[in-house]
Formats: sequence, structure tokens, C-alpha cells
Amino acid sequence: MKAFKDAGHLFRLASVFLVGGVLFLAFRGVLVPRSFGQYGHYRGNAIKETAALPISYAGHQVCESCHADLLEVKSKGVHKRVACEACHGPLATHADDPASVQPAKLDTAVLCVRCHEANLAKPKNFPQVVSAEHSGGAPCETCHQPHSPAIVAVAGGSQ
Amino acid sequence: MQIPVEGFMYPNEVELQWSVLIVLYPFLTGLVAGAFILASLERVFMVKAVKPTYRLALLTALAFLIVAPLPLQLHLGHPERSFEMYLTPHRSSAMAMFGFVYLWYLLAVLVVEIWLDYRRDIVVMSQCTTGWKRLVYRVLTLGSTNISERSLHIDERVGWLVTVIGIPSAFLLHGYVGFIFGSVKANPWWSSPLMPVVFLFSAMVSGIAIVMLLYMLMCRLRREPIDMDCVDTVAKYLFYTFIIDFSLEMLDLIHRIYEADESFRSLDFMVHTRLFLSQVVIQILLGTVLPILLIGLTQVVKLAAKQRKRIYVVAGCLTMIGIFAMRWNVVIGGQLFSKSFLGYTTYKMAFATREGLLTAIVLTVLPFVILGVLVKLLPPWPEKKSAISSVAVAAYGAD
Repeated sequence: MKAFKDAGHLFRLASVFLVGGVLFLAFRGVLVPRSFGQYGHYRGNAIKETAALPISYAGHQVCESCHADLLEVKSKGVHKRVACEACHGPLATHADDPASVQPAKLDTAVLCVRCHEANLAKPKNFPQVVSAEHSGGAPCETCHQPHSPAIVAVAGGSQ
Repeated sequence: MQIPVEGFMYPNEVELQWSVLIVLYPFLTGLVAGAFILASLERVFMVKAVKPTYRLALLTALAFLIVAPLPLQLHLGHPERSFEMYLTPHRSSAMAMFGFVYLWYLLAVLVVEIWLDYRRDIVVMSQCTTGWKRLVYRVLTLGSTNISERSLHIDERVGWLVTVIGIPSAFLLHGYVGFIFGSVKANPWWSSPLMPVVFLFSAMVSGIAIVMLLYMLMCRLRREPIDMDCVDTVAKYLFYTFIIDFSLEMLDLIHRIYEADESFRSLDFMVHTRLFLSQVVIQILLGTVLPILLIGLTQVVKLAAKQRKRIYVVAGCLTMIGIFAMRWNVVIGGQLFSKSFLGYTTYKMAFATREGLLTAIVLTVLPFVILGVLVKLLPPWPEKKSAISSVAVAAYGAD
């Protein structure tokens, strides 16, 4: 018993660790969401919550059902596989109510260079320019038609 | 801010992701591990000459260990999220598991060892101090004022066991930091099985050097004579450890040169250009070869105590600079070259930003401030201990 008495402080220290451990487990029980680990190392409910979020993108088929004229122009150019909302942004609200929600006008001087600004890491055959030298900051649509950007020479001028 | 790039870099390589704070993180943990291993010399390996540095080494390790995760917290942002690492640990993440190594080392090793070693002093000071200090000491006693000879003997035995467990824990703590770099197989500058071992020995070098410098500095501040037998012994261990560390680093270098894999030309060019000053001049020549020669001189030539002290101070400071340069060259150097091996980027350090120079300076000074508080609260000086002894005898009798 004397040995236990003289080691009493060690039991006190062990109790501090024990209380700390119990508190940690209690906090863990409260803080870790119930659905954590249901499917993997994440919160299982996150899937349902994400699925319940409002849809932002309408999808190109919805755009094309109204804008058939632009689809015709686009389908003949190099941007035929670029989805409408890749440039115009998410427009599900516009598709739901075209009269009251109007998409913002895009600034092509900013938009086009996101893909077409020259960069050594891009494949050589990808169209790219040093915008400052190429257009001097002028909007790209001054010369290019964004839905079908190739400049085709036609009789009497260029398109 | 335009970053100067030479040759070809992939776009995601131009800007460095790991900043000076990630340089600081292995530097600080290294000091912790090194200081603890120096403390274990006295406790486990019975090198009695280093006893005056024992408590100081433990407090230094604790002060630096408290600050060690802060560079990571600042680098990652959202410090509150780091707690998730403990709540929902991902066993395949080396960094997540490091959280547990850190916690184990902090709570199960360092705090327990310091508490056991200081318990007698804490109990006595809880009786002979007043105000908030008394309250702090009373909390630290955990309500037990038993400082009988037998209970102190039990503390001694348990403390010894904690130190024995602490040695592999200290190895694990810093070996782990090296492991995190050494296991990045996509980066040839880091990917080496020698990395944990090199980190470990460099940690021991830096930890021993800082405790030696702090001991000499504190003796000077307290106007107490420096125990030259102690400092000579510490310097001797610094010398041996440094030689092993340098040999390992050279072994790694020779292996890389002989192997000469596809990355070699690119890395060799980098060492001869962008890293020449920080690696060849500061790390190898000034931070390793010169201190080894200086301490080596004290081992072979009989010098006066005053000269030895000067040499130890110069060699210790150079060692600290050299080890910091080693961390810098590993962390920053590993991000300066392109994976294409055809280009190099530049590290531009900001000043007063979250990961800037000012933050790094604050984080470097902070452990010394914490150490100052710890030293005030738990004086590591033997003479203080004897003064306390007389109070203890008066207060509790021989018991």
C-alpha cells in the first residue's frame, strides 16, 4: 500500500490523461457527423446535400432548343464541341425564365484569352496568341465571330 | 508579380507552393528532436558531464515543439481544420499520421518527462510562492504534494523509462519529417531513402548546437561561470554527430553523382547556379566543413578555455546557419527545377504576408520567448535546485 501511496501522483497524472482521452472521445462523438465513413472517408450525407443543390447549368441541349440559329453557326466552326455555358457561364435560371433573366454581355477581350493566351505548355497546334501583340487589348469579336472564329476571306472583304 | 523563369517550366511549377514556412517546420522539429537526444545522453546513457544542460535541453525541446506546427497551420490556412486530423484521421496520409506522432511526443514523452523531473521543485514552489505563480504551481502539482524520498525515486525510475521510450519517439518525430520529403517519388531532389536518416542526424546536430549556445548564453546572462567540462562534452558529441551527418550527406551526394539518373544534369546545373550560394557556400562550406574543422581543432589541440568558448560559439552559430540552409535547399531547391528538367524558376519571398519573411522571423523568435517563460517558471539551474532543496527540507523535513 505504501508503494501505491508514494506513486499516487502518477495515478493523478494518469487520471488527467484519462479525463483528456474521455473528453476527446466525447467531443469526437459530438463533432464527427453520423454519416461519416458511410461510403468512404467522407460524410455520406454530403452526396444527398450536393444532389439537393439547385441546378446552375441548363446544358447545351436546352440552349440549342431556342438558339437554333447560333447552333447552326457554331456547328460549322472549331468551337462546335465547346458547350454554350463554358463561355456564357451557368444559365439554368435564364433557361427557366428567358424573359426576365438575361445573360450578361461577355467581354471577349477577357474571355477568349483564358484559353487562347500563348503558353509554352500548350500543344503547338492549339490556336494561341500573345494578346497584347495580337490585338493590343481590342475585343476579339472586332475580327472574330466567337461562335465560329475562323476568319474566312470572302469576295469583297472578310467575314 | 512576375516570377523570373529560365527555360521551360510547366505552368503549375512557376510559383513555389512550399514557402519559407515549410523550411522553418523541419528546422524547428529538428531542434526539438536534437535537444531531446542531448537530454537523453545524461538520463539514459549516463553521460554525467552534460547534466547542466539536461533540463535546459528538455525546456528547449518543449518550447520549439509548441511552435513547430504553427508554420504548417499558417501555410495551410484554416487552422481550425487541423483538428479534423485527430477526429477523422486518414491512415494513408503521412501528414495526418504525423499529427499523432507529434501529439504522442508532446504529451506522452516531453511533458511527462519534464513534469516528473520538476515535480519536486513544483511542489516546493507551490508552497513558497504567492499570487498567480502559486496558483500555476498548485495546478501543476495535480494536488499531490508527496515529495518523499521514495516517491522521488519512483519519479526517477519512471522518468528513465519515459526517456527510453522518448529516444525512438524523437527519432520517429524527425525521421518522419525526412520521410515526408523522401517519399515524394515525383521529385528526384527529395526522393531518397536516405532522407529520413540525413534529416535525423542533421536534427541531432542542430539540437545539440542550440542547447550548447543557449547554455553558454544563459550562463553569461546570469553571470555564472560556464561549466567547461560540460560544454567540452557537448561539443565532442556535436563533433561526432556532425561527422556522421556530413558522411551521410556526402554518401547521398556521391550516390546521386554515380547513379546519374535522368534528373542528374538538371539538378547538377541547379546546384552550380541557383543553389550555389545557399548549398555549396553556406550549407557545405560555411555551415558544415568550417564548424567541423573548428570543433575538430578543439579535439586535437589543447586550447585555453576562453579560446574554446569562442570557437564553440562561432561553430555553433555556423552550424545553425548551415542546418537552416540545408532545410532551405531541400524545401526550396526541390521546387526550383521543372519536372521537364529543362527549366528553373525563382523563389520570391514576400515580407509582411501570411507566409512572408516577417512571419518566419516571428515564428523563429517565438520559441525563445516561450523558452524564456518556461525558464522563469521552471528554472533549469542546479544551484536554484539546491536553494529549493533547503526550502524543501525546511518545509517537509527529511521525509
